[in-house]
Amino acid sequence: MGAQLRVYRRRIRSVRATAKITRAMELIAASRIVKAQQRVAASTPYAQAITRAVSAVASSSDLEHPLLTKKETATRAAVLLITSDRGLAGAYSSNVLREGESISAHLRETGHEVRPYLVGRKGIGYYRFRQREIAGEWSGFSESPSYVNAKEVADTLIEAFNTPTEDGGVDEIHVVYTQFVSMLTQSPVIQRILPLEVEETTEAPEGGAFPSYEFEPSAEGVLDALLPRYVEARVYNAMLQGAASELAARRRACKSATDNAEELIKTYTRLANAARQAEITQEISEIVGGADALAASGSE
Amino acid sequence: MPLTVELVSAERKVWTGEAGFVVARTLDGELGILPGHVPTLGVLAEGFTVRVSGGDAGEGIEAAVHGGFLSVSDDYVAILAEVAELSNEIDVGRARAALDRANASNDEETPGNGSAAARARARLAAAGQQV
Repeated sequence: MGAQLRVYRRRIRSVRATAKITRAMELIAASRIVKAQQRVAASTPYAQAITRAVSAVASSSDLEHPLLTKKETATRAAVLLITSDRGLAGAYSSNVLREGESISAHLRETGHEVRPYLVGRKGIGYYRFRQREIAGEWSGFSESPSYVNAKEVADTLIEAFNTPTEDGGVDEIHVVYTQFVSMLTQSPVIQRILPLEVEETTEAPEGGAFPSYEFEPSAEGVLDALLPRYVEARVYNAMLQGAASELAARRRACKSATDNAEELIKTYTRLANAARQAEITQEISEIVGGADALAASGSE
Repeated sequence: MPLTVELVSAERKVWTGEAGFVVARTLDGELGILPGHVPTLGVLAEGFTVRVSGGDAGEGIEAAVHGGFLSVSDDYVAILAEVAELSNEIDVGRARAALDRANASNDEETPGNGSAAARARARLAAAGQQV
């Protein structure tokens, strides 16, 4: 077999093996998206109810609560980045990291010190490689986060927020995650979760304004217990949206990888066929040429 | 006019329907809610159950609720919890094992007062077991 033909055949085999892997990953991601979307939907009633409750307390009382008030001289901000544990998901993690860079730059310009908190192995790797300081890191659950994971992250953030700034605490918490818009669109978003931006009563809920609530045990007590739950719910929602987005991004990335591999296989098959034909043609012409030469030498 | 009750945990909607009476335990004590109750927001005490009866709930359903809230307005009752389990979903054996474990690990400081023990007790109580 000619050297050229052997090279093409080897190339086709290797591309075909890659295509099998990306095809499998595409199918796995596609089947898991549905579940991830269901989990986003299942967590929505809780998130809505808790948002309603927080808005009701915040607007029906004139409380001064540390989690609600923006400090005048904020000097340190935490940025929580939600990235994936595994690659082959297109630009999913790099989009989040890029948004993270831009908010960090913005915060530094306005005189904040930025403390990064990272979820997902890709983000951790990115920061480690650049030898930056990491304030907190969690990994191993990016595809199917549970509420316990979210609680762990949220508790760390709330604790950092409650620590006085002089002792290394943070004054603001921002989260960067990927919003799952549709199967084809996922967009990275930046949100500030603390201090809370509770919408005041400018817009009344359905059925009129918020009723004046009675609190058990007291408005402060309810808010104290309610706000951490609210932050946890927000972090949990960000993680679930991220998981669904990661799977959608992986499905799309692996689909185009499979398509490209098939395209390559087709091209190389054509080239291999041409090489085989060329080889046969060459052999025939060599035989014919040889026979001619023999005939010519015999007739002399 | 009956109450509309929603029992939601962070991960899913546990139960929803119409009911006549809801009993829960807030930090201040036992709270019973009938239709027409004044708007209330309460923090639920750890280690107790929520009981819903009448209407769709029939004879009554009981749920173990951990880290929860209760919000009442216009005959709409929302019970929010980090974790909520209906009585028929609770594995009694596991809950009892968890209680024993919590008791054993808490012996030195506060026997049986840790939150793990409270949770296990709530689950057993919801499942109708003696603690």
